[in-house]
Amino acid sequence: MSTNDLVLIGFFIFVVAVFLGLELITKVPSLLHTPLMSGTNFIHGIVVIGAITIAATVNNTLAGVIAVIAVFLGTLNVVGGWVVTDRMLSMFRSGGRPPARVSEEKAAGAAAGAAASSAEVKS
Amino acid sequence: MIAATASTAASLPPAWALLGYILAVALFARGIKMLTSPRTAHLGNRVAGLGMLVAIGVTLGQFHAGWQYIVPAAVVGALVGSVWALRVPMTAMPQMVAMFNGMGGGAAALIALGDFHRLTGGGLSLGPINAVTILLSCLIGSISFAGSMIAFAKLQEIMTGTPITWPLQHEINGVLLLALVGVGIAITVTGGGGGLMVAFFIGALALGVMGVLPVGGADMPVIISLLNSFTGIAAAVTGFVLGNYSLVVAGALVGASGSILTVLMSKAMNRPITNVLFGAFGKVDDTVAGVAAAVGHTVRATNAEDLAVLLAYSQQVIFVPGYGLAVARAQHEVKELADQLKARGVRVLYAIHPVAGRMPGHMNVLLAEADVPYDELKEMDQVNPEFPRTDVAVVIGANDVVNPAALNDPKSPIWGMPILRADQAKTVVVLKRSMRPGFAGIENELFYHDNTLMLFGDAKDSLVKLIAEVKLQEAA
Repeated sequence: MSTNDLVLIGFFIFVVAVFLGLELITKVPSLLHTPLMSGTNFIHGIVVIGAITIAATVNNTLAGVIAVIAVFLGTLNVVGGWVVTDRMLSMFRSGGRPPARVSEEKAAGAAAGAAASSAEVKS
Repeated sequence: MIAATASTAASLPPAWALLGYILAVALFARGIKMLTSPRTAHLGNRVAGLGMLVAIGVTLGQFHAGWQYIVPAAVVGALVGSVWALRVPMTAMPQMVAMFNGMGGGAAALIALGDFHRLTGGGLSLGPINAVTILLSCLIGSISFAGSMIAFAKLQEIMTGTPITWPLQHEINGVLLLALVGVGIAITVTGGGGGLMVAFFIGALALGVMGVLPVGGADMPVIISLLNSFTGIAAAVTGFVLGNYSLVVAGALVGASGSILTVLMSKAMNRPITNVLFGAFGKVDDTVAGVAAAVGHTVRATNAEDLAVLLAYSQQVIFVPGYGLAVARAQHEVKELADQLKARGVRVLYAIHPVAGRMPGHMNVLLAEADVPYDELKEMDQVNPEFPRTDVAVVIGANDVVNPAALNDPKSPIWGMPILRADQAKTVVVLKRSMRPGFAGIENELFYHDNTLMLFGDAKDSLVKLIAEVKLQEAA
């Protein structure tokens, strides 16, 4: 496939994904606006894989240096954004039935295999 | 036309990698969905995190060159990011989001630059499609990076929160944008030009700086949300040229959800987005400076002893917390006072304005940090009918969100913003350090109302005294 085809398909997918994104968060309680902003902020750190792609396929030093800086910035975005969101959300608890729900959530979180509950800093 | 066009551009990843990316994208979509409900939000972030690990793993799996540079850069980035994220106080959350957003935008801009030099490295020229996508992601990423840094500086109070304006502002920005389009066309037509590309990059950074400088501190959350959306779109565009559709989808999801959040926030503040961007909110203050004189009343101060009695014998008390509460680090004291009052049979509610704090939902995070259960936090529409049958509304460090000028002074900069009707409570108590106006720099006539009492001093000290006095009531 030519670059043109790839970009066209990319555009096609982009438009569909925009509609999906609009559908996903039509109803959000303002309670969660800050964590949602922080969470989506972490997700656009996905640019790091673009940086890795460039850094791995460069043929000259200038492009390489630029790409490696981009890898640094992208990882900072991903890891910092994820940790701060996790820290925030670990503080949210319901007054209704706290103990059962928290442990259930913890178990599920562990099952999902995502890294580091070290983020749960309790003050 | 130029003969040699860069052919090292994009190609689809191998099938196993595509399947991995599809899994990653599904996890992102599911994670974002789960982030929209308080019960699933925490797990949702972990689901999205898993998606990110898959995406990064799949990418590293495809390329085996350059690891000696990539891995150290990623490790240092991860260390800096996590230490920063673990240390930042919750009050500084908005500027932290701005900072991380800027990093993502900067990465997107650099990817575009790096790709430009990769594709033009061997004396080759860019195809027009490549050129346009590279220019787009460079433009959007640079605006997001530079704008986020200005937003960070304003929120961190490294620079003034008041709008910075200059003559012919919009015209100058317009000319700059036109110049960027011109340079962009030159790059697309010639298929290269390193100097032009640097000029384009610098111009885009300048546009980001000049776009955010005139925006006031109070509007910063809307700007951060908008820039968050920008970075998502920049990430998606980098996906076009690299033929990486997980970037396209993840970026589009963030771009779309970010734009919805931006609209929700603008609505909460009743400020059209164009107004936020071009209005220089909080700059012109002389229209409301005369409010105190016009109302013609003086301020009535109270003390902790009297207020404790008033609270202890109330039937319903509503706390209206604002950013000042968090600055005084008094969330735990508010909760303790609320618990004391609840033990005496007083019904206690927390009224949370959608834009309380420095970004929407910020106050919820700050109170969650003090172990206040989220179901005691009432949104504006739920709580406003409660105020007329409330004995005491305690306003702590909040200002603009209870300012009646939003309802009855068409000349006020916050005219039309929905507010918490604390003024309808039988008694309003305002805990405040001084009579200084709030972050947005607007006078508040509520402080001069007949049913308003002011308790001056540091919010935390005042609350500690109140807790002690309420305890005395219990003993008596």
